[in-house]
Amino acid sequence: MKKDNFKIAGQLLKSRLIVGTGKYKNFKETALAIKASGADMVTVAVRRVNILDKKKPILTDYLNPKKIKYLPNTAGCYDAEESLRTLRLAREMGGWKMVKLEVLGDKKTLYPNMIETLKATKILVKEGFKVLAYCSDDPILTKKLEDLGASAIMPLASPIGSGQGIVNKINLSIIIKNSKVPVIVDAGIGTPSDATIAMEMGCQAVLVNSAIALSHKPILMAEAFKYAVISGRKAFLAGRMQKKLYAKASTPSKGLI
Amino acid sequence: MAKIQLNGKQFVLNKKHSLISLLKKFKINEKKVAVELNGKIVNKNKFSSTVIKNKDKLEVVHFIGGG
Repeated sequence: MKKDNFKIAGQLLKSRLIVGTGKYKNFKETALAIKASGADMVTVAVRRVNILDKKKPILTDYLNPKKIKYLPNTAGCYDAEESLRTLRLAREMGGWKMVKLEVLGDKKTLYPNMIETLKATKILVKEGFKVLAYCSDDPILTKKLEDLGASAIMPLASPIGSGQGIVNKINLSIIIKNSKVPVIVDAGIGTPSDATIAMEMGCQAVLVNSAIALSHKPILMAEAFKYAVISGRKAFLAGRMQKKLYAKASTPSKGLI
Repeated sequence: MAKIQLNGKQFVLNKKHSLISLLKKFKINEKKVAVELNGKIVNKNKFSSTVIKNKDKLEVVHFIGGG
């Protein structure tokens, strides 16, 4: 069988599970969970350095950006301008060109503001960024993102941190069918079986944070997600059986006594 | 003497500082941060030649955990 490589913007990734680094108990747990997940790309956020507490541990001490790929995000940004500022700073920090654009609509739903997302994508692509765009599961808008040059589109399964799983499978199927760039389900995955479903549907990857970090045993859950994503991908490649209305015996009736 | 704003907080500098010496004063590893001076990103190779002036506004950022 041909090797099932996963590439975003020409970048080869070993794992189809991308993991967020927020909400863990501490950085040690973050690092262990990421190791257990097998992910080779993690999302990170850009924030002010705490200048008064210099002893506070920092993420890069626990997750070496030379060993694991950082995907800077724009979490907390509510318009194109703020997100551009954040990602330009991220790029300056270490040359990160592949970024997760996430422009939020409001604090209650954290639903993407697609007007600002499209605006920002256009500018970022022009500036040479490889944009992975968090977006609504609207097939027309995801197509627009692709037309503007997004490297991957990341429709939500359900609201960020809600753990509701994939609420609109029909939209997601249409998006997968119509996209030429990788479709990565981002946000709303609650449990490994949700990730498996996304992968079985034909998503190229999934992005998970809360479902791992907020589980009772994040390191164990990270490993569960690793297998769930592999499992879903293999099932997609294998192609599922057809659904039938009536039963069909698995055992042949020939030779029945 | 220069009054500056660093990450939203006011500081008074008693001696002349370059950006790199300012980061050192605050024990910030310059390799792990990006700096915005009065709204403009400062290229890493300009850290030592950039002089901090009165009323400068600085934002020093790094990566933290996020989804």
